[in-house]
Amino acid sequence: MPYIPHSDEDRRAMLAAIGAGSMAELFEDVPEHVRFPELLLPPAISEMEVRREVEALASQNITASGRPSFLGAGAYRHYVPAVVDALLRRGEFATAYTPYQPEISQGTLQAIFEYQSMICALTGMEVSNASHYDGATSTAEAVITAINVARMKRRKVLLSPYVHPEYRAVVRTYTQGMGLQISGDEGAAEPTDRLDDDTAALVVQYPDFLGRITDLRAAAEAAHAVGALLIVVADPIALGLLKPPGEFGADIVVGEGQNLGGGLNFGGPYLGFFATRMEHVRKMAGRLVGQTVDTEGKRGFVLTLSTREQHIRRDKATSNICTNEGLMALAAAIYMAALGRCGLRRVAELCYHKAHYAAARINILPGFTVLHEMPFFKEFVVRCPTAVSEINDTLLAEWDIIGGYDLGQVYPHLKDHMLLCVTEMNSREEIDTLVEALEDFAV
Amino acid sequence: MKLDQQARYAKTHEWARREDGEIVCGISDHAQESLSDIVYVELPEVGDVFEQGESFGVVESVKAASDLYAPVSGEIVAVNQALETTPELVNQDPYGEGWMIRIRPSRPEEFEQLLDAEAYAALVAEEG
Repeated sequence: MPYIPHSDEDRRAMLAAIGAGSMAELFEDVPEHVRFPELLLPPAISEMEVRREVEALASQNITASGRPSFLGAGAYRHYVPAVVDALLRRGEFATAYTPYQPEISQGTLQAIFEYQSMICALTGMEVSNASHYDGATSTAEAVITAINVARMKRRKVLLSPYVHPEYRAVVRTYTQGMGLQISGDEGAAEPTDRLDDDTAALVVQYPDFLGRITDLRAAAEAAHAVGALLIVVADPIALGLLKPPGEFGADIVVGEGQNLGGGLNFGGPYLGFFATRMEHVRKMAGRLVGQTVDTEGKRGFVLTLSTREQHIRRDKATSNICTNEGLMALAAAIYMAALGRCGLRRVAELCYHKAHYAAARINILPGFTVLHEMPFFKEFVVRCPTAVSEINDTLLAEWDIIGGYDLGQVYPHLKDHMLLCVTEMNSREEIDTLVEALEDFAV
Repeated sequence: MKLDQQARYAKTHEWARREDGEIVCGISDHAQESLSDIVYVELPEVGDVFEQGESFGVVESVKAASDLYAPVSGEIVAVNQALETTPELVNQDPYGEGWMIRIRPSRPEEFEQLLDAEAYAALVAEEG
């Protein structure tokens, strides 16, 4: 069956309309040698054969499901309850876009409104937008928001070196051409002492890229002392257990929402959440869903404060990227609603305790040292007796275990240091097997 | 349309009035009426310096959001803080309680070049 909608009759009518006698005549202006080039494709095969071939290729991938994984570093394996997919796959919700027409989009708008409300509760903030592409882009939008809050008068942004390295790269890409001075992450030290009255924002991560639970209050006080905003990149699962950044004085809280019911997907879709205080709502990037009443007094949901962004003052908007991750925001909303406050806390506690069990066991292996000068959540740094890549190759080839992140790739002072991640998905048996495997390297 | 006969007007619908060697500015009665209910006014900070015609803030109504343009060059010496919480003053009393900024002019001759009430009324009539 050919999936081509035009019949010969349609073609004749279209050719007649533009005054071409035939298809050959229509393409006359295209040079002969490129008109119908030989494509050198193999003979056509059936759908069934294509599927078999592609499945054979796909089966060569090594996936995180079906084998123990201790790799985190920004993308996390957490359990996704069946209810998430069951609701998410309903056709009514199948859109990645913020709906413009409230009269036909009440369900989607209500779902986004509920997502925003739960993000506020989790982060301790007052207003959340409808989401961004991922944690990296929401961090970049937070930086641009901070520049706008400072009315472009402050041009300096300080990034902690322990904000996800890819997020820091995206901040630089996003703000190209804005004439900003983005620094602070060159060395191993926190840049707090470089805050000055030209600084629009200090960006820190919580827990940081090395898994450490850092002192947000000190960071907030230092930023506020010079009139800068504190932007916190947070792990939403950790916020199920830890005090929310809003209570420490954070001005903008962003992060990756993939952990909330999103699963691990190479290349996405991921979910960037973004929350701030009401005083900054007009400078906030992205779209916002609000609750209101219709002419009959019935509750309804609409895009609100949209004059800030694309509708009228496009050139003055904080961001013209108003695309959100509607479906992933919905997944996060279902996940948060299904788990509730207690469930989320339980997930976070499981991560915390399992990570600490793993760290304690690894730390007693000769040659391995867990660096824990600060409290940590679900990730921790291990100094290894040999190259991390060598350990990871052995773990995968001989034990079918996905090892940790090689920190030497981005932090020169952390050569031979591995960042291990333990979530509720890692059983005690898996952790014990990892320890047994690492024993081979112990010196 | 109400006019303040003492004030001068910019083609962009801001008014300017000389008070003690300084210039007080706001938007005209015609401007507030065209915008309808004003819900938010974003004003500059004291000490900011603007050139004539440069955007000094934003006014947002239920219908539109528009830039505000400085009718004369100079430094901001005061802003109407009341508009932060009661932006509707711009609708209620555009030439009085609804004033927006007070400028110390750097080029006082610019004031003289603005439209007088009569010329501004003619401009509004022409714009229809």
